[in-house]
Amino acid sequence: MSYSQTTHLHYELLVLTGEVDLHNSPQVRKQLLAILKKGCSVLVDFSELSYIDSSGIATLVEAFNYAKNNQLTLTIIAAAGAPLQVIELTNLNKVFPMVNSLDDIRE
Amino acid sequence: MTSATQDIIEVKNLVSHYGERQILKNVDFSVKKGEIRVIMGGSGSGKSTLLNHMLALLKPTSGSIKIDQLNILKANRKDLTKLRQKMGVAFQGGALFSSMTVGENIKLPLKHHTELDDNTIDIMTRLKLELMNLAGFENLMPSELSGGMLKRAGLARAVIMDPKLLFFDEPSAGLDPVTAVELDELILKLRDAMNMTIVVVTHELESAFKIADKITVLFDGEVVMTGTVDEIKQSSDERIQNLINRRPRNDVVDAELYIQRLTTGQN
Repeated sequence: MSYSQTTHLHYELLVLTGEVDLHNSPQVRKQLLAILKKGCSVLVDFSELSYIDSSGIATLVEAFNYAKNNQLTLTIIAAAGAPLQVIELTNLNKVFPMVNSLDDIRE
Repeated sequence: MTSATQDIIEVKNLVSHYGERQILKNVDFSVKKGEIRVIMGGSGSGKSTLLNHMLALLKPTSGSIKIDQLNILKANRKDLTKLRQKMGVAFQGGALFSSMTVGENIKLPLKHHTELDDNTIDIMTRLKLELMNLAGFENLMPSELSGGMLKRAGLARAVIMDPKLLFFDEPSAGLDPVTAVELDELILKLRDAMNMTIVVVTHELESAFKIADKITVLFDGEVVMTGTVDEIKQSSDERIQNLINRRPRNDVVDAELYIQRLTTGQN
């Protein structure tokens, strides 16, 4: 797994690439919480993500809850394939804001 | 490189005995990555023994067993431990520790094998409880759960590490019909979303036909047939038809051997 972080409009955009698993999800957690603790809303781009395990999903749940409690947002972009199935398996598609592409994000 | 069609389980010529009694007779058994394989057979056919061999819980008389390319009969402890972290096992009765809460039981492998933050571990545990329809049961003791709940809690623990390979012994036995169907659906979803390879030991025909990509039928320690659901249903083998149609075995009685067994206890 690798990630890149850029700014998109007033959001921080985190693009995850490859596989998020037990070994690297703590890195994603650290990054997401650091962004949110700065007071920024976050976009998590799944378009380059091939796999995410439950530790990655749990990390997103924790970050989403932190965002919600601090009047920020966490939005998932372009989830498809296995990562989307994992989100659906746990019914989190009914919780996380999810959009198809960055073009759907407005100020 | 691991390809999608590679065998994740390769059992060859497996022979196994309990004392002098032969349980498995030259069993060949291979499962491809991402497959749901059902092992079917009546009581005493050797299904659970085969399962225990694949978990390296029993030592065979002869033969070879490779799991995810590791020869488990020759592997050292370190490699076996590493392999076991990629495998989940759900035993018939749940096999939970009675002195720990349901939640503590489920998160045990994560506490033991990972460096994950406690928040992550707690959420992962609750996600699995939700998946098994056990939300809110985290702080109960195993003795406070019903048989069906224990089985689902055992499955939650088996999949807590998102294993590549899941073994499931008798998933639907003792469950009410609705829970049994839900569990079948869950097995299919776990394979699709997590790309798990799943080996299910069962004698529940309905469940086997619903979830299996292929079924292996064992009879008296021998593989009678491995095939798709349709191939198994259409098989002309009398033993398979007896199993499918729930016909009692009609063994021919050898009077000489019978009286010998009754009087001497010897076969």
